[in-house]
Amino acid sequence: DYSPFLGIEKGAVLQEARVFNDPQLDARRCSQVITKLLYLLNQGETFTKAEATGVFFAVTKLFQSRDIGLRRMVYLMIKEISPSADEVIIVTSSLMKDMNSRTDMYRANAIRVLCRITDGTLLTQIERYLKQAIVDKNPVVASAALVSGIHLLQTNPEIVKRWSNEVQEAVQSKAALVQFHALGLLHQIRQNDRLAVSKLVTSLTKGAVRSPLAQCLLIRYTSQVIRESGVNNQTGDRPFYDYLENCLRHKAEMVIFEAARAITELTNVTTRELTPAITVLQLFLSSSKPVLRFAAVRTLNKVAMTHPMAVTNCNIDMESLISDQNRSIATLAITTLLKTGNESSVDRLMKQITNFMSDIADEFKIVVVEAIRSLCLKFPLKYRSLMNFLSNILREEGGFEYKKAIVDSIVILIRDIPDAKEGGLLHLCEFIEDCEFTYLSTQILHFLGNEGPKTSDPSKYIRYIYNRVILENATVRASAVSTLAKFGAMVDSLKPRIFVLLRRCLFDNDDEVRDRATLYLNTLGDGSVAETDKEVKEFLFGPLDIPLKNMETSLKNYIQDPLEEPFDINSVPKEVKSQPLAEKKASGKKPTGLGAPPAAPASAADAYEKLLSSIPEFAAFGKLFKSSAPVELTEAETEYAVNVVKHIFDSHVVFQYNCTNTIPEQLLENVTVIVDASEAEEFSEVGTKPLRSLPYDTPAQTFVAFEKPEGVPAAGKFSNVLRFTVKEVDTSTGEPEDDGVEDEYQLEDFEVVAADYILKVGVSNFKNAWESMVPETERVDEYGLGPRESLAEAVNAVINLLGMQPCEGTEVVQSNSRSHTCLLSGVYIGNVKVLVRLSFGIDGAKEVAMKLAVRSEDVSVSDAIHEIVASG
Amino acid sequence: MATFLSREACPTIKNILLLDSEGKRVAVKYYSDDWPTNSAKLAFEKSVFTKTQKTNARTEAEITMLENNIIVYKFVQDLHFFVTGGDDENELILATVLQGFFDAVTLLLRNNVEQREALENLDLILLCLDEIVDGGIVLETDGNVIAGKVATHSIDDGAPLSEQTISQALATAREHLTRSLLR
Repeated sequence: DYSPFLGIEKGAVLQEARVFNDPQLDARRCSQVITKLLYLLNQGETFTKAEATGVFFAVTKLFQSRDIGLRRMVYLMIKEISPSADEVIIVTSSLMKDMNSRTDMYRANAIRVLCRITDGTLLTQIERYLKQAIVDKNPVVASAALVSGIHLLQTNPEIVKRWSNEVQEAVQSKAALVQFHALGLLHQIRQNDRLAVSKLVTSLTKGAVRSPLAQCLLIRYTSQVIRESGVNNQTGDRPFYDYLENCLRHKAEMVIFEAARAITELTNVTTRELTPAITVLQLFLSSSKPVLRFAAVRTLNKVAMTHPMAVTNCNIDMESLISDQNRSIATLAITTLLKTGNESSVDRLMKQITNFMSDIADEFKIVVVEAIRSLCLKFPLKYRSLMNFLSNILREEGGFEYKKAIVDSIVILIRDIPDAKEGGLLHLCEFIEDCEFTYLSTQILHFLGNEGPKTSDPSKYIRYIYNRVILENATVRASAVSTLAKFGAMVDSLKPRIFVLLRRCLFDNDDEVRDRATLYLNTLGDGSVAETDKEVKEFLFGPLDIPLKNMETSLKNYIQDPLEEPFDINSVPKEVKSQPLAEKKASGKKPTGLGAPPAAPASAADAYEKLLSSIPEFAAFGKLFKSSAPVELTEAETEYAVNVVKHIFDSHVVFQYNCTNTIPEQLLENVTVIVDASEAEEFSEVGTKPLRSLPYDTPAQTFVAFEKPEGVPAAGKFSNVLRFTVKEVDTSTGEPEDDGVEDEYQLEDFEVVAADYILKVGVSNFKNAWESMVPETERVDEYGLGPRESLAEAVNAVINLLGMQPCEGTEVVQSNSRSHTCLLSGVYIGNVKVLVRLSFGIDGAKEVAMKLAVRSEDVSVSDAIHEIVASG
Repeated sequence: MATFLSREACPTIKNILLLDSEGKRVAVKYYSDDWPTNSAKLAFEKSVFTKTQKTNARTEAEITMLENNIIVYKFVQDLHFFVTGGDDENELILATVLQGFFDAVTLLLRNNVEQREALENLDLILLCLDEIVDGGIVLETDGNVIAGKVATHSIDDGAPLSEQTISQALATAREHLTRSLLR
């Protein structure tokens, strides 16, 4: 292949760049060299700092040429090199000259280049010209200044905000794109001022917005205003809805689509509001343009999740899209149909999908499998045809992720649809006969061990499992041995035969396989070392109620610093460490520094434990049971920022007050918190640990300890006053004055509540854990929660009240659902495991009712949970 | 680089790619930090190319999704045009940008839309990219206007246009281009 850049080489091009220094510039030649340099950069070549500086200085010489084409290439080159601050100075004057040139093209480009490479100090010098440029009669110049303003707003907001008058004028421009850019900038300047945005939208939705792009922006801003203002309660009308609906009749497809999408995304959108949007999207479905079909089907797919009935009108168009050339469109159509389909259409749909599956990529297949899973859960009666479909595709070719999605789906169907269990298990058995993925084989074997023994004829699975011991790699063999042992332990009639099989495993050439076989034979056999059958099963197959992460940390610590005595599993903390919010925010925002709670590290609990045990007064309190999340006791941005962490011990509580002094002119000394516990009768104060000195912006702690009845979840309200000696500080020297004044600062109250006595400890399989609890400990009752904002809000309130760990993702409530079941697990003070099953229902008047079932290792704890809910 | 704010922000373009029939770069421009290194960029280009290679995007622009991005694309002879945006971007805006880019290149290459011609006029292609999007924000979507802005340069060789106004230059450019197209 011929290329004008064939054999191009960086060193040679850099040599060629010497022509930039010629006294008689050859503009055409110089342009060619710049093109070559840009080609190299575009291909991913990098210049060293010295090379870049060399090129930059040489390029600045080219401002002498009056050739317009060469100047364009110079602009491009400067932007690509992005010179350092001291280099920028070299070109500033040339660019400023161009900014004031009579040639519009020079002005527009010089603005863009200068704003790209400038820093704040230079910006104040050119601000005057930029403001003029915004209202320049040439649209290219105005747009250049406005777009540069949008970029500069990120780095120098205070300067750009001064341009609002000019920007406002530009919004009225007759040039389509100027209006678009001006609108974008104006909104960003005002985005934190709700009223201003609302006014902007009100005035523009009435007037004429010229370009489709500007119209799209206005639709976005309008949705924002709608979202923030809510529905008018008297008329049931939504402000600005008419504007959105009008946009559905715009001549540009871009605008129609933006408006349709905005309507479908309105919070609590009604069917009446949806209908016109769905109608235009339906028209798009039969467009000749793939982009339009894709956009429409993707939006309808989303709508189908919350309003399946609204989309059913499009089903015929959707079905014809199954054969669409573009497989993304076809997949979206299929999954939409699966969401909107009714029970009678399932079989027909499955037939169509079977043909479709063979010619799409794995990534699409996974989406389809997931859609089929939810369809099956929606129509459990149809499990037979859906399960058949899944087992068929399981037998076909496919990568790991795809196979995993199928296996996961079958497992979920088995768990949730009792009738599907036996058939489903056999499908899985057949799959592991010829499965190339070790991970899937072991997962299935584990699942088989839990579910298989509970079926009507457990013996029929043994063959499949023992085949694994003969045919597979060591990992799979080991997990097959465990599965065999589970059958032996649970099904007495199979026990002797299983033992024969296990004994054969004693000759396996892998250590782990042999060890497992030996362990099971010795514990389950007649000469068992343990006393009772129940204990053995608990030991071998019981759930590990410790988060693996904690176990790993503890073991690592133990290995680093081994002790005389063996590792004690009871020393591992059971609390699930929730990901601190700070971590998520960290990437986006800078920490606010002042008043912000000290960012809780992932191991907050460890840190607290270490901190408390280092204070001799508290060392005698024993093992720390739980530390709460910090509770703010001051408003944001006050003089002193204080929050409290509640540390719960068996018969004590310690309040840790984290204090920050936000006044540079002050030094606080002898800081204590005076706690009034008159509304917390069961608590009596046993000691405080004052804070000697609290300088500006250096967080520190003071503590107050209380005694309470042992093992009792005592509750109460505490009011607090911060007391300290304040000294003035000379900020220039940092020296405090000698004399101080005593002062007090009122803090907010806080409470110790029942949730403080419950640890968030998850279980991996709630159903198994629930069934393993003695049914006699179960306590069931029903409660009315009165009218609530939404079902999700009610569920959250109860979770927070109990302070327990939601299991299996049940804290998430499907929007628009009228009932929900939530599973919670935790450990109550005194190390008592407790499980909670909550069933919620909501009626038309938003009245929420709840059924609460509790099982625990101690009946009195089950009762205590009910008391918490009854009094909460 | 543009910062990607919420949905309320301006429509944002993450990159524009012009690849040849083997997936190699003719000219590319990235506006987002999603692909910080050259190897990350090359990997993205490779997966985009492989994913779209077998599709027919010669009459109408096609569309696909990759790594939470939406990509609209169009092929002509041995050139592959791509425009990428985030997965909540309005697909039709991306398609409009693609069309503008494609039309402008067609005009600038005088209908000889092929790799060799594109490389020989790489300066025009690069200027064209510069006139379509600035730091992720759409500057202009009309192919005629984009080509007009770029072409002020290509006809400059003999005549000193430096003091001409841009509208005059635009008019000359359009005329020049139309004439060359009609030939």
